[in-house]
Amino acid sequence: MNPFSYHRPTETKDALSQIQKANAKFIGGGTNLIDLMKEYVEKPSELIDVNALNLRGVKTHADGSIDIGALVSNADCAYHADIQTHAPLLSAAILAGASPQLRNMATCGGNLLQRTRCYYFYDKATKCNKREPGSGCDAIEGFNRIHAVLGQSSSCIAVHPSDMCVALAALNAEIHVRSPRGERVISILEFHRLPESTPEQDTNLHPDELITMIRLPANPYATHFNYLKVRDRSSYAFALVSAAVAFDLEDGGTIKSARLAMGGVAHKPWRDLEAERMLTGKRPSKDLFATVAKHVFAKARGYKHNQFKVQLGERVLVRSMTEAIEKGVKR
Amino acid sequence: MNDIALTINGQKKNLTLAPWTTLLDALREHLDLTGTKKGCDHGQCGACTVICDGQRINSCLTFAVMKDGSEVTTIEGLAKAGGELHPVQQAFIKHDAFQCGYCTPGQICSGVGLIKEGHAKTDDEIRELMSGNICRCGAYPNILAALKEAMSK
Repeated sequence: MNPFSYHRPTETKDALSQIQKANAKFIGGGTNLIDLMKEYVEKPSELIDVNALNLRGVKTHADGSIDIGALVSNADCAYHADIQTHAPLLSAAILAGASPQLRNMATCGGNLLQRTRCYYFYDKATKCNKREPGSGCDAIEGFNRIHAVLGQSSSCIAVHPSDMCVALAALNAEIHVRSPRGERVISILEFHRLPESTPEQDTNLHPDELITMIRLPANPYATHFNYLKVRDRSSYAFALVSAAVAFDLEDGGTIKSARLAMGGVAHKPWRDLEAERMLTGKRPSKDLFATVAKHVFAKARGYKHNQFKVQLGERVLVRSMTEAIEKGVKR
Repeated sequence: MNDIALTINGQKKNLTLAPWTTLLDALREHLDLTGTKKGCDHGQCGACTVICDGQRINSCLTFAVMKDGSEVTTIEGLAKAGGELHPVQQAFIKHDAFQCGYCTPGQICSGVGLIKEGHAKTDDEIRELMSGNICRCGAYPNILAALKEAMSK
């Protein structure tokens, strides 16, 4: 890996000043960044270790919203009593990803910035617009089994790898960030980008901005929720397709509101607001779910090796909705 | 070069390391603790699992400098000073929970972490929460049996 100098600030203001140096990067858990540095895909010359900053802790507010510090580990978040009680969908999604060792290391802030596991992004012998803008995309004509079917472009067909972010998208999380210019809040729906012609930009976070916190608004989705992940082996693998589903039901069973977000299908967690509106006010049924799933994938386009994801995606969504409804008992 | 101090298996060690030295390389190359194995070096196999500040982690995916001041337990540090093996080590021998043995230090450290975390109750939960450790010999049934026995103690 390329040499770099290492800094461990204890104050956020120092971290924000050190990140201004040329080619500097923040490091949290390091589980993705160090791997990419070993492959020479990431080559920072300065690493700013944020682990000594005061960005830990999970705090539940009186209105039911929950703040998750950027440095809270994935494991601590998933097993936190308040998350399990008020946002069990997030727990389920986090625990569907990676391994216990990685979840102990990886931070929630860092998980938002995970990069794609597209083989061509990792392999410097190939063309990749995300790794080297303008070089081309070897995935489009290559082995593209794990790639996107929704929202992709002629520049990039990579998918976002996170499970956590799919649940955050379903729960309308807010990402709080800080820079020398002050603080701002980015909706999770605006945080990750579609590739368009600039796939090198995964997110709308500016290079000098530090994620400080994830806020989950209060939600009524602690009963009828489900995270279904389908992959090539039953654990410790990235999703081929995943579906985070949450319903708020009337006493009579009618759907008061619904949230749907999918992973493994696009460059960002894929929310379909129109599909959610199609569910609102209706009674859950096999036909309704099939119609909604058809709608979500109506504009999907597959490639030589991932065409199966369109039908798989519809089936995973229908099954996840069905299981969410069946989960009648409060956890 | 960065000066750091780590407490490894109860002993304080001062090291001067390039910041790009992983914790795994610091253990193996600088401290001669070669029990911890380098399998994939990419966090995909679990052979490098150690216990750092009470939690199991992949030592290949962290820089040693980031763990300055931490307490690390490796496979060499699990047995008691007199040589009495850790219950997970004893259970692995009793249940023949390995063949070639290359993944075993990572499996055992991971198992110690799993028991401490306390989230695994059923066989399926143990399998799921040991999924970060790959065994190419396929000793999984015996690893499960060994961990069940160690958990019951």
